[in-house]
Amino acid sequence: MTTPLLQTSNLTIRFGGVTAVNAVDFTLRESELRCLIGPNGAGKSTFFKLLTGQLRPSEGHVHLRGTDISGSLPHEIARKGVGIKTQVPNVFNALTVEENLWIAARHKHTPAYATDLAEAILTQLRLTGIAKREVGQLAHGQRQWVEIGTVLAGEPDLILLDEPAAGMTHDEVERTAELILEINRKRALIVVEHDMQFIKMIAKTVTVLHQGAVLIEDDVATVLQDSRVRDVYLGKGLAA
Amino acid sequence: MQILKGMNAALIGSAVVAVGVIAAPYYVDLFQIMQLTVFAAMAVLALSLGFIWGYGGILCFGQTSFFGLGAYAYAIAAINFSDSTPAIVMAILIPVIFAALLGYFMIYGGVSDVYLGVITLTVSLILFNMVNSTAGDFYKIGNARLGGFNGIPGIPTFNMPGNPDYILSPEQAWTVTGLALIVVYLGLRVLIASTFGRIIIAIRENETRAALLGYDPRFYKLITFMIGGAIAGFAGALYINWGAFVSPTIFALGLSAQIIIWVIIGGRGTLIGPVIGCLLMQWMVTSIGEQQTLDANFILGAILIVFVLLVPKGIAPTLRDLVLARLPAKKSETAPSNERVKA
Repeated sequence: MTTPLLQTSNLTIRFGGVTAVNAVDFTLRESELRCLIGPNGAGKSTFFKLLTGQLRPSEGHVHLRGTDISGSLPHEIARKGVGIKTQVPNVFNALTVEENLWIAARHKHTPAYATDLAEAILTQLRLTGIAKREVGQLAHGQRQWVEIGTVLAGEPDLILLDEPAAGMTHDEVERTAELILEINRKRALIVVEHDMQFIKMIAKTVTVLHQGAVLIEDDVATVLQDSRVRDVYLGKGLAA
Repeated sequence: MQILKGMNAALIGSAVVAVGVIAAPYYVDLFQIMQLTVFAAMAVLALSLGFIWGYGGILCFGQTSFFGLGAYAYAIAAINFSDSTPAIVMAILIPVIFAALLGYFMIYGGVSDVYLGVITLTVSLILFNMVNSTAGDFYKIGNARLGGFNGIPGIPTFNMPGNPDYILSPEQAWTVTGLALIVVYLGLRVLIASTFGRIIIAIRENETRAALLGYDPRFYKLITFMIGGAIAGFAGALYINWGAFVSPTIFALGLSAQIIIWVIIGGRGTLIGPVIGCLLMQWMVTSIGEQQTLDANFILGAILIVFVLLVPKGIAPTLRDLVLARLPAKKSETAPSNERVKA
């Protein structure tokens, strides 16, 4: 067995009496695309925060290619090749779209190369038209794209996307799905999403979190037919 | 973001002002030259806070700590060396070291913005009390008596580098101070346009995002804080070059508050704003001081309230917005690729 790209063992975090993430063992292979679903409060975003160092685990470990990164700081983990689009877009509001991408690309590259890379990503994400606009003035969907752009500009090996399709129109959702598959040719991804149609468009393997723990992990068809998954998602329109 | 836009305008403007600085002694009487000298020295101090607050997002309530340390470091070194050149170096070096230590514990210790303000304010008061209680022969550094609340009088002012016997005349001292202000201003403009400058602005905008992209916000904030300390310390040396005197009141609350008022009125997020705010307010306070009817602090307070309520962005950003609103087409045509090269 080769070393997995990402592996968590017994990963746990407690806030007071609440165990938000409970003994999660999770493994992701190189270049894998994994969907992470679960009802509100299942611990998906908290799990991402543990992976990126925004929170420190109460127990357990995160290994990235065999290196223990639990307890490392966000910038240290980012430098090891993990990029994240957070649930609420974290962007540089007073800067333009192209400046946002440039800052992201500049971390690894020379100024000139960063300009070229930012340009390429603008084209790839079809953002060229709004390149000179301040990000703070953009609509939510566009801000999401900008944030995805900054993540791509950092050229990480593992990309975490927290609800990338939220607030997007139907066309934008389809475009996002295409983009994710395109990114997955080179990079591994974990995608958190509520939109089941979207999950069906991209998913191969799905992990379901419920109350901080892994409920089931299997291929998409099996997961979506599982009765326990239906139960936890009651009223979420999963049957469609 | 208008950071890179108008770099040419800044250069041309600076050149014009530089000519004015050099020509001023021929047209303005000595008293006014002396006034302008202290205004310019204070404007350098205003720039230091304008930089760390407006661009680094660090609200330091005790920028006078570095100003005062710079002034005292200059005084002690100048008295001991009888030469201003190494003293100016000390006036920058000591505050930088102090900023590095203080900044390290605050920033790497994860102190939040509000507490950073409280701590820096407290530190300036501690320094005030400390230096205030250094009266007597016991408190001597080399030949320099610290003098407690009486301060240090008769400090040697600037001399020609390499020629301690050639003391600059008040007119020459003005030229040096005025040009120093321009150099610091342009230096900061270049710094802000550099990669470092863009990163600190990005961190000001969103620290979490910057960290998630691999930038260590603590490192960049500390360096910003230290640069602010260096400039404030340098301003301290310029201040002594004007007055040849320093006392513990340099650390006092009044000045700490004034610097913040200058930056608010002039405009955060610009460099020219703090300079304008500083010059304008000092000129006003001086003018008010010439009459007896109204207290200067009362008017300062009133102006601050008016600005916070009516011109919250400050003078420079408000003027810029007005100008930009009048020529929108011209701005959007500005090619960004050229500006990148300039950066």
